Amino acid sequence: MLQVNDLHVTVEGNEILKGLTLTINAGEVHAIMGPNGAGKSTLSAVIAGKDGYEVTQGTVTFEGKDVLEMEIEERAQAGLLLGFQYPVEIPGVKNIYLLKSALNAQRVARGEGEMPAPEFMKLVKEKLGYMKMDASFLQRAVNEGFSGGEKKRNEILQMLVLQPKLAMLDEIDSGLDIDAMKVVADGVNSLRAEDRAILLVTHYQRLLDYIIPDKVHVLVDGRIVKTGDAELAKQLEANGYEGIEESVA
Amino acid sequence: MASEEMEQLVRREYKDGFVTDIESDTLPPGLDENTIAFISKKKGEPEWMLEWRLDAYRQWLKMEAPSWAHLDYPPINYQSISYFSAPKRPEDGPQSLDEVDPKLLETYEKLGIPLHERAALAGVAVDAVFDSVSVATTFKKQLGEAGVIFCSISEAIRDYPELIKQYLGTVVPVADNYFAALNSAVFTDGSFVFVPEGVTCPMELSTYFRINAANTGQFERTLIICESRAQVSYLEGCTAPMRDENQLHAAVVELVALDDAYIKYSTVQNWYPGDENGKGGIYNFVTKRGDCRGDRSRISWTQVETGSAITWKYPSCVLRGKDSIGEFYSVAVTNGRQQADTGTKMIHIGEGTRSYIVAKGISAGRSNQSYRGLVKIAPRAKGARNFTQCDSLLIGDKCGAHTFPYQEIGNSTATIEHEATTSKIGEDQLFYCQSRGISEEDAVSMIVNGFCKDVFQELPMEFAVEAEALLNVTLEGAVG
Repeated sequence: MLQVNDLHVTVEGNEILKGLTLTINAGEVHAIMGPNGAGKSTLSAVIAGKDGYEVTQGTVTFEGKDVLEMEIEERAQAGLLLGFQYPVEIPGVKNIYLLKSALNAQRVARGEGEMPAPEFMKLVKEKLGYMKMDASFLQRAVNEGFSGGEKKRNEILQMLVLQPKLAMLDEIDSGLDIDAMKVVADGVNSLRAEDRAILLVTHYQRLLDYIIPDKVHVLVDGRIVKTGDAELAKQLEANGYEGIEESVA
Repeated sequence: MASEEMEQLVRREYKDGFVTDIESDTLPPGLDENTIAFISKKKGEPEWMLEWRLDAYRQWLKMEAPSWAHLDYPPINYQSISYFSAPKRPEDGPQSLDEVDPKLLETYEKLGIPLHERAALAGVAVDAVFDSVSVATTFKKQLGEAGVIFCSISEAIRDYPELIKQYLGTVVPVADNYFAALNSAVFTDGSFVFVPEGVTCPMELSTYFRINAANTGQFERTLIICESRAQVSYLEGCTAPMRDENQLHAAVVELVALDDAYIKYSTVQNWYPGDENGKGGIYNFVTKRGDCRGDRSRISWTQVETGSAITWKYPSCVLRGKDSIGEFYSVAVTNGRQQADTGTKMIHIGEGTRSYIVAKGISAGRSNQSYRGLVKIAPRAKGARNFTQCDSLLIGDKCGAHTFPYQEIGNSTATIEHEATTSKIGEDQLFYCQSRGISEEDAVSMIVNGFCKDVFQELPMEFAVEAEALLNVTLEGAVG
């Protein structure tokens, strides 16, 4: 589904990713872990198309298409969706309006036509229930005055409504208490499907107690230095990243 | 108002044979006392009205154009303007849509304006001739039953001289300012509304002005009076950008609210802003003022300003009556090379008077925008309150936003609050929306509309929807 090949990325002249290679297949959940500054968030940001990242070498393809050639919105329309670590506030824009605009923009781009309003409302209400969110969320301005936990739940709500093929979740666990993390994890687990892949970017292992990944990659200094299964995350928890770095060196 | 409806209105007027003796109505450019006498005679005005105009003219001659605004434009030659509107002769204007700024036509397309409407708005000679006579006399009968008078100011001068004498120029005196004095001398049309005691006007009143004459200044004069406990909502303007060969527009609007009366005045202004270099755009110098003359009266201004090359406009409230309320809700958008200096004045005279100001300015392209607001509390305005919120949004890095708040507080019991923010449309906000699959343009309009929400919700429903569409068209291509 997603192929990242020898990806080199610089930000303001500093090379952050130094030859990252990664393959994600449909149905899989991958976790990328690594110390601060290793380039974890850079990877998902580059795939989503954020400004300020320069790809100097390598390729990213999604279902055979060159992702780096696509506009930001085209990537989302193709089924690549990024859940933000720090979702921004958009004053005056209702949450429901953003959801509807996003869903319909994606549907129209795929030639499916806009979703009729009653069907949309039904879908949203169902997903709200999943995320244990009150319907009043829909009428509030996007992320405005949301607590950290509410913002993260809102990100997952968007995933559930928009149903991407590849969901990339950037530190979706940061700043969550244990209850909120369970709700978020339940939401993510409900996204798991044969035809969908999930890429988790996380600093801590604890999220992976709730979302069991198929593969865990350790990202150090811009490269994946080790790949394993869920057990690898547990080792990291016990030994820290330094152990890995040494074993690689 | 939908364009078909507008079309019907216009047709109806002409079917009724509203326009007569077209060719002979043309007045050559120039301004002197003869010009004013000509206008007054054409309008069939009584002698006292002519004297009133001449008085304004003589005072105007002694005045100087204001230079304090944050605006930059070449001096206006008042002798090169024709002061009486006459329908344009076909040979004077663009001969077909091919000769019209293609950008303008594109905009019409996006706003869904029918083809022949586009021609008329763009100033192309078409079969149906429009001139600057107001189109606002349709629902007269229904209004008549309610006792509401709604007619052109010229008709009012002829038919209701006592009301005109009693109220005209009492809110904006003839020599109030340079442009108001000029308007008083040469105004040719506008609306008159009178809502008698205890009556709530049964419908929203709206007037659409059409201009189709080359080199004819548009000097509208509007007077709205609400007697005790009367209410009216008045809509002015049109979302379709109107092109006009003449650059100068100097309108005057006067509102009078007696005890417990409520006047809501909403404007969507979308005059032609000029081409990409600002060429050919309208200069809009407007004096709008409401007088809350009665106790507990309320006047509310809501405006969406997107057009004109130059905007100079400060809808104001004089809060004379005890516990009277003045409101000003404004969205001003400038793009390209537009310049706007706009805001409000709230003059608190009566005890317990309150005013609210919510001004949202959006600057894009190479445009420049200023908010200029005065809150004045007179010594006897005990317990007066003002709340001002003034937010600016910048799109791109070549535009400017400026805020000039003035406060003159003459009574220590007054409460004044002022909040102001300036922000750039966030790269992060844009990325967030786009990464959900929303195009950049739609994302900009979503963010901007969110920014303007506080004001849009003050607009009558129909206007609010049009205003949103208009904002989107105005800001197209502003990013990237």
